[in-house]
Amino acid sequence: MTDQRLSWDVVADLQLLLQFHFMQNALIAGTLVAIVAGAAGYFVVLRGQSFAAHMLSQVGFPGAAAGVLVHLSPVLGLIVFCVAAALGIGWMGRDLDAGRRAESAAVGSILAFSLGLGLLFFRLYAGSAQGIYGFLFGSILGISDRDVQLTLAVSVVSLLALGIIGRPLIFASVDPDVAEARGVAVRALAVAFLVVLAFAVAITVQIVGTLLIFALLVTPAAAALQLTARPGRGLVLSIALSLAFTWAGLSLAYFSDFPVGFFITTLAFGTYVAIRALKLIAVLWSGRSPAPALFSLGAG
Amino acid sequence: MRRTDAERATAPRAAATDDAVVFERAGIRLDHRFIWRGVDLRVSAGEFVAILGPNGAGKSTLLKALLGVLPLTEGTVRVFGRPVHRGNDEVGYLPQRRRFDPDLRIRAVDLVRLGLDGARWGVPLPSWLPPPAARSKQDRVEEMIRLVGAESYADRPIGELSGGEQQRVLIAQALVTGARMLALDEPLESLDLNNQQAISSLIQRICHEQGVTVLLVAHDVNPILPFVDQVVYVAGGHLVSGKPEDVIKTDILTRLYGAPVEVLTTSDGRIVVVGQHEPVSYHPHDD
Repeated sequence: MTDQRLSWDVVADLQLLLQFHFMQNALIAGTLVAIVAGAAGYFVVLRGQSFAAHMLSQVGFPGAAAGVLVHLSPVLGLIVFCVAAALGIGWMGRDLDAGRRAESAAVGSILAFSLGLGLLFFRLYAGSAQGIYGFLFGSILGISDRDVQLTLAVSVVSLLALGIIGRPLIFASVDPDVAEARGVAVRALAVAFLVVLAFAVAITVQIVGTLLIFALLVTPAAAALQLTARPGRGLVLSIALSLAFTWAGLSLAYFSDFPVGFFITTLAFGTYVAIRALKLIAVLWSGRSPAPALFSLGAG
Repeated sequence: MRRTDAERATAPRAAATDDAVVFERAGIRLDHRFIWRGVDLRVSAGEFVAILGPNGAGKSTLLKALLGVLPLTEGTVRVFGRPVHRGNDEVGYLPQRRRFDPDLRIRAVDLVRLGLDGARWGVPLPSWLPPPAARSKQDRVEEMIRLVGAESYADRPIGELSGGEQQRVLIAQALVTGARMLALDEPLESLDLNNQQAISSLIQRICHEQGVTVLLVAHDVNPILPFVDQVVYVAGGHLVSGKPEDVIKTDILTRLYGAPVEVLTTSDGRIVVVGQHEPVSYHPHDD
């Protein structure tokens, strides 16, 4: 990749970007991942379930290794492990973010064990350090055609599911007692969303890795929710930011020698910090509590 | 109060009975003990009812029973002449709550809207992609926001609002389906005196002008005493009901609690119930 140089000729740059099959795969998978992660991320942030996303991604790590080990797709391994973990959490029927001390200690131990297990699986597979690196921090290399197909299938299913449960899920997230009285199946929705989240995590790991998952599953949505408190608009904005970070990150990684995970996290973090800073300035400027009109992107 | 089409469409249906709530021989058992049993209670449509009693006596349970959230163990409960069920558009609910998380990024108006269609499948779309028939729903939401006087902060995130503002929004949410009854669980709790008065007179106005039946769980009867038609006192696994002056009396409450309780009236007409430190649960083995 060292002889790829960015120029001011955008068409030539795009041709460079798309000339290799691995990069086409990375861009297709990245686009799908960004849409699903941006959409699921909106609910993650609204529900305050960042920790669940983090946990699922770490449990998925040995899944990826197992997928490689048995010569199936690592994405398939990720999906199986993540969905199993989601169902496990749902079956326990516990609210992971309620901050129970004993429980968070137990979960922490399980997470450490699952990373260790992943390490063993990768070692068993002829010690592929590159593979471990990719699944911890993300990579633009090694996304096979089969992975792209799986990602497409998972994305369609996840987005369909979110499209169906979206509104009652928001209701159950912000106002569970009233939602229950209005006939929303609050508990069942929580489990359903964990499964969708598991799907989102499983495909997102391909691009940003287990450890940087927040960059696409939390930060774009957190930034979007800073900009608008309207549900529909927040959802669309979260997806748009996630797409922007992913495309820019993949392109920068391609034209440079630096890893994609670094670029996506930096873009996401930079955007989030800039938005918070601008809001703070706006508050200080107007000398009163946050002015929603100033940042509510257009009218209506 | 001028009635709009949306109200006319939802309000007058099924006016066959004057009884808003009827409990008959009702009891609820949770974790192998009865919260209360043998409950007979009748609330007429349009009444303002205060539900009083010590902590843990089962006041909230009474509301959850008529919302259909908690099924009765024995006996029956009917709301507007029909068996209870979750998602009943005729009953608006305001649960007992802590305040909303200050960082919760959803507008007050969105919360009211969720009360109208939040239980329906689908996903909220941005306003530049309006689904058909969204306009009349939005009108209905705005009408409720005007009714409770929340226009000036309806577009702000709910977490940024004060306790009194949040309660107004939640009352709008509870009414938005065209509810003919409000089940309000300690709506005055954690409000300052001014807001307690403002919110209770808003509830009274809605009860009076819209003919909405109000069941309000309260710790302290005094802020609502001038409005109350009927008092329901829950204690010791049973309840007594009637006019405030007939129920909040030393002998009645002493019998209900099964322990000495004294009702005092202060010089400014406030009622104070003293001596209610007894166990509040009802154990069927005890009798």
